[in-house]
Amino acid sequence: MDQVRGLGHFALFTGQSLSAVLATRRLWTRVARAIYEQGFRCLPVILIVGTFTGLVLGLQGYYVLNRFGSEALLGVLVSLSLVREMAPVLAALMLVGQAGSALAAELGIQRNSEQIAALDTMGISSCGYLVTPRLLAALFVFPAQTALFVAVGLWGGSLSGSLLLGVDPGVYWASVQRAVESEDVRECLLKAVTFGLLTISICAYQGFHAHRIRGATGARAVSAATTKAVVLSSIAVLAADYVITSFLI
Amino acid sequence: MNRDKKLEFGVGVFVLLGLAALVYLTLKLGAGELVGSDTYPVEARFANTGGLSTGATVMLAGVTVGRVDAIRLDPEDYSAIVEMRIRSGLALPTDTMASIKTSGLIGDKFVALAPGADEELLGPSARITMTESALELESLISKMAFGSVKNEQNGDQESASTAPEP
Amino acid sequence: MTTPLQTGSEIGGQGGNFLLEVDDLRKSFGPHAVLRGVSLAVPRGRLFTVLGPSGAGKSVLLKCLANIEEPDDGQISFDGRRLDFRDQASRDSFRRRCSFLFQGNALFDSLTAFRNVALPLEQTTSLGRGEIRGRAMEALEQLELGDYADHYPGTLSGGMQKRLALARAIVTQPEMVFFDEPTAGLDPLRRNAVFAMIAKYQTLFGFTALIVTHDIVEALVASDTVALLHQGEICFCGTPDEFASSAHPVVQSFRDSPAALRSTLDGLRRGADAPEPS
Repeated sequence: MDQVRGLGHFALFTGQSLSAVLATRRLWTRVARAIYEQGFRCLPVILIVGTFTGLVLGLQGYYVLNRFGSEALLGVLVSLSLVREMAPVLAALMLVGQAGSALAAELGIQRNSEQIAALDTMGISSCGYLVTPRLLAALFVFPAQTALFVAVGLWGGSLSGSLLLGVDPGVYWASVQRAVESEDVRECLLKAVTFGLLTISICAYQGFHAHRIRGATGARAVSAATTKAVVLSSIAVLAADYVITSFLI
Repeated sequence: MNRDKKLEFGVGVFVLLGLAALVYLTLKLGAGELVGSDTYPVEARFANTGGLSTGATVMLAGVTVGRVDAIRLDPEDYSAIVEMRIRSGLALPTDTMASIKTSGLIGDKFVALAPGADEELLGPSARITMTESALELESLISKMAFGSVKNEQNGDQESASTAPEP
Repeated sequence: MTTPLQTGSEIGGQGGNFLLEVDDLRKSFGPHAVLRGVSLAVPRGRLFTVLGPSGAGKSVLLKCLANIEEPDDGQISFDGRRLDFRDQASRDSFRRRCSFLFQGNALFDSLTAFRNVALPLEQTTSLGRGEIRGRAMEALEQLELGDYADHYPGTLSGGMQKRLALARAIVTQPEMVFFDEPTAGLDPLRRNAVFAMIAKYQTLFGFTALIVTHDIVEALVASDTVALLHQGEICFCGTPDEFASSAHPVVQSFRDSPAALRSTLDGLRRGADAPEPS
């Protein structure tokens, strides 16, 4: 019963934040700030994790394909696993870890110090001011981070596959080109956008309503809200991934 | 104000990088179908497509010139009709031959085009009449095992000569 | 009742002498009734103080008035017009005409002092950049914070933060300002300074002030009207002089609490000094 109400409240919160796009003034400076938080600040983690994912895919893929004498297909394996699954999911999880947790904690503290109530009493829509720009930024940032993840992942795969294990780079890149269809790219970007909206709205919701956490107030409520935000967003990413994949295959 | 400049710089860097990566993903990897829409359709009838899938490449002299758009069954004579989109600007004679080939031993299937010598050219939605179905590895092996490869594949003397005699 | 709300800082006379009228306001949290029918009338352009011990429901009352909490029952009239907080337009127009000063100041710690003050103007008005800058700087200078425009709230002292919060509250030229425990946690000298500041700017800008506090000494000196909230009801409302001479038992116990403390302590000391009765 409470769960159902919570879900409805969350849906209303997200809808309200999205519909506040029209009513909020000077939205774009706030969106720029959100792109900085979700984009630029998270670049290192995306680039590092992307490179290592590509490296390990190249390594694992090589040893599996080597048994069948089909090392030439390494590019296919690396690129399809990256584009279809690894990049959207891992990039979203990394962004939850860095930007999502920060968002939940920031909103939780703002709730705690009555900054959100202050916005409301000023006649400023607190959703519109705090949440809407983050959601708009996520619409661009998540696909962009995912694309970056794919790019460095492919490069990582070529590093371990060609440089260390001796697959011809030409063969590798040709099979990458051949394997990825525009449908795969569409699936990848659709996943990225969905994960972005889901995780950012979950994290914002948890932080925004940190005062509703039962049995905890103040700093403990903020920490509980942040934990909940990260756990729920991660679950949501993997569940949504399964649903989207099963629809598109 | 230093803080604002840092923010603007960060956003700028990220937007540039992000857009570059998105362009790379959609255009370079996504096979450029989103922009390269100036193609024309061509059909070909095959007795057996043998594992060809939509999105497979169409090659001419080893160069990619198009993609397989759709594969459907003609219910009248139970043959498969493969619809392809060929880069416009590439004119094909009417006696072009289409064959389904495999890259490597177990690699992807693709359609190979071999242009003929006819003066007339294939128009949009025209059908290629000369086709060669997919060469199925299993049937080839079984034929080799029973020694009938020589009759079927008389152009390929080398593989026939290595076939063991029963 | 159908006259449209006037906007901006134009002070109309529709509500008679009272800017804010509260009638039979009720609010409970679960089984616990916090407000049990509060009625108030705040005179226009005056300093009105609601006194009460901690836990009497003062903050909840203020939150209901500022519409952070929704009351269960009762009505609030502002400038002669009944407020319907479920109606967005009515709520927005009320919020444009009022400001709220939080106990913890609720300053935006990621924005500079200047941006804190400019924010309500940026977000709720369609003024140009130059106009906003001028007004925000003016408000900062009036509260002697002109030199700290580029400082972040976290780097300012407690008193300066209070003044910054007040600057943010008055920059929209409200007709009414609500103060939630403005002196909580301050030493007596600072408490005096805060009340002096509120009284000073209240006369300077002419807004109506409603202060909720438990600092009885300062409130009695500074206010025009005093009300006492006890167990969710207003049990006294009158001038500070009337408060000082009231014979109401709750007023007496609240007013005379320092004396009561002294007598208790004296009793304890005497008990400790005196030899144990055998």
